[in-house]
Amino acid sequence: MKTLAELAKIRDEAKGKIDLRGKKGTRIVVGMATCGIAAGARPVLLSLVEEVKKRNLNDVEVVQTGCIGVCRLEPIVEIYEENGEKVTYVEMTPEKARKVIADHIVNGKVVSEYTIGANA
Amino acid sequence: MELYRSHVLICGGTGCTSSGSDLVEERFNEEIKKNGLEKEVKIIRTGCFGLCEVGPVVVVYPEGSFYAHVKPEDAKTITEEHLLKGRIVRDLLYYESLEEASDQVKSINEVDFYQKQMRVALRNCGVIDPENIEEYIAMDGYAALGKVLTEMSPEDVINHIKQSGLRGRGGGGFPTGVKWSFAAGAKNDQKYMICNADEGDPGAFMDRSVLEGDPHAIIEAMAIAGYAIGASQGFVYIRAEYPIAVQRLEIAIAQAKENGLLGKDIFGTGFDFDLEIRLGAGAFVCGEETALLQSIEGYRGMPRPKPPFPANKGLWQKPTIINNVETLANIPQIILKGAEWFSSIGTEKSKGTKVFALGGKINNTGLIEIPMGTTLREVIYDIGGGIPNGKKFKAVQTGGPSGGCITYEHLDQPIDYDNLIALGSMMGSGGMIVMDEDNCMVDIARFFLDFTVDESCGKCTPCREGTKRMLEMLEKITSGRGEEGDIEKLEKLAYTIKDSALCGLGQTAPNPVISTIRYFRDEYEAHINDKKCPAGVCKNLLTYYITDACIGCTKCARNCPVDCISGEVKKLHVIDAEKCIKCGACMEACPVNAIIKK
Repeated sequence: MKTLAELAKIRDEAKGKIDLRGKKGTRIVVGMATCGIAAGARPVLLSLVEEVKKRNLNDVEVVQTGCIGVCRLEPIVEIYEENGEKVTYVEMTPEKARKVIADHIVNGKVVSEYTIGANA
Repeated sequence: MELYRSHVLICGGTGCTSSGSDLVEERFNEEIKKNGLEKEVKIIRTGCFGLCEVGPVVVVYPEGSFYAHVKPEDAKTITEEHLLKGRIVRDLLYYESLEEASDQVKSINEVDFYQKQMRVALRNCGVIDPENIEEYIAMDGYAALGKVLTEMSPEDVINHIKQSGLRGRGGGGFPTGVKWSFAAGAKNDQKYMICNADEGDPGAFMDRSVLEGDPHAIIEAMAIAGYAIGASQGFVYIRAEYPIAVQRLEIAIAQAKENGLLGKDIFGTGFDFDLEIRLGAGAFVCGEETALLQSIEGYRGMPRPKPPFPANKGLWQKPTIINNVETLANIPQIILKGAEWFSSIGTEKSKGTKVFALGGKINNTGLIEIPMGTTLREVIYDIGGGIPNGKKFKAVQTGGPSGGCITYEHLDQPIDYDNLIALGSMMGSGGMIVMDEDNCMVDIARFFLDFTVDESCGKCTPCREGTKRMLEMLEKITSGRGEEGDIEKLEKLAYTIKDSALCGLGQTAPNPVISTIRYFRDEYEAHINDKKCPAGVCKNLLTYYITDACIGCTKCARNCPVDCISGEVKKLHVIDAEKCIKCGACMEACPVNAIIKK
């Protein structure tokens, strides 16, 4: 390493990868009980993680939870904003998950047609 | 580095490694693979979390779930429940993480043990992977070195450290910036920077934990110090008894060299700094700086008189600065956050924080870091969780074999360098051993003297002969042969050694005796005059009795190794005091606690 700029570059890249241990921002919660997994929650989760990584979203964490309750609408993804607001997306697929990241997380526009309100 | 959705941090400090965290890690790897989570979950081996009492410790992020006493078979449960299904395994959490009233799970940072602490030297321990330089860089690692080399002159650096008020954490408490300025002022073609990692106090493991958990911080600080004093070569003197610390340091040095953070022309500024490890054989005296220099040069580790001080004539007669591990761990933070930030923490004359190794009769055995000026009461009761089994607190020993005891009446004294000295103890490197009513203070003094006699290098007479005679007197007292006047003789000898020994080891060796006589003279008198050990520790002064509570079960008689207990079934048994060897086997065997010792 010959310059400070190089050091800063490594730092910024590495920081995103360990931010998980400490900082809190938006939480994306995926229902991963038996019902969720059976309905295909794992590919959804993986595509969420991939998309977060691709876009370098340092203040977003992807976590799992147990059964949310409406098993018929699984896979379910819930997004908790820092201000405490929550949006629930249902019947998710990897494609839908990518769109949620792009529209909702990055651009702040809730994808209404995937939400529980539009599908229940 | 890849991005993962969950990080499983497994403690790789010496404490948790010896309670089996290796196997736990192995099982986690197997389970993660079995469940196909390799791409989502990362296993990281960290340094010490501090709460060694409940090891092996495993922390799962992003939740910060704090699992304690994790057994290899728990890896399956945690993987299947928590990592796969996102359900925190409540039964395995550290007891305090679970709030019963609200059924809320607290993250590791919210439990009392960590709440009262302030982590500066330990800030990365238990947070990053010590074997991954990128994780250190992510925590602003090497940014301080970059700042120093590109924006500051050596004088600026020294002034900055002076202003921060940082004092040596190895025991003496000498202002670090002032020490550096001595070597910076010395003219020579070659100077050396040394890190003293020869931690040897019984019960102390602060330096080991820093090196195991955050080795890059020491490398960075040594390069900064090298720049400030004009040294291009550094050595870390560490005992071979710290294999994990040595290994992680070796890895860290190799990574730093690979990344151009050690070696020639660092950051393109023309500054060269190289670092090597020197292993010590574990002699306590080699923590004394002149003995340490001798040892690095290849001679027998023995101190020499000062002056000349190492800052003028040190390693191979060249100006040399020797700093303790914990002192160095503070340096990058002071550079990055400023001298004012550092000096705002602590008391008037003792700035910053101090790491202590809590041990002895305390619930939360482990490693803690607190701002200077915290009271002993807070350390023992709030962070340490108090004394186990409802026993009464008696004293706390600080400073190891060079320190002394602090008693109940001084519990509310703030901890700093000068206060501890006023109380007849010292900061030392930071070992803190808590004692309860079952500890005999004469026996404690004997234990520490036994240690110094063993570790005395033998160069000067007061230490070689004097400590040996003191130990003999203490053994005489604890074995019930003490005579009137022994306490005065002990005191006289103690003060003579203090005044005449060559190095710090000898000069402070009588401290445990002086301090126990000062606060617990009555215990010495009980041993000598009444031939009694009030705490029931000194074997020769004890007699075992069987009380009327005896149910005549014969268990004691069957367990006695010398067959000195007699009695018929269902009748009161009797111990023959003449034959009894006071092993205590009967006391353990008795189902109704009918056996007492007096």
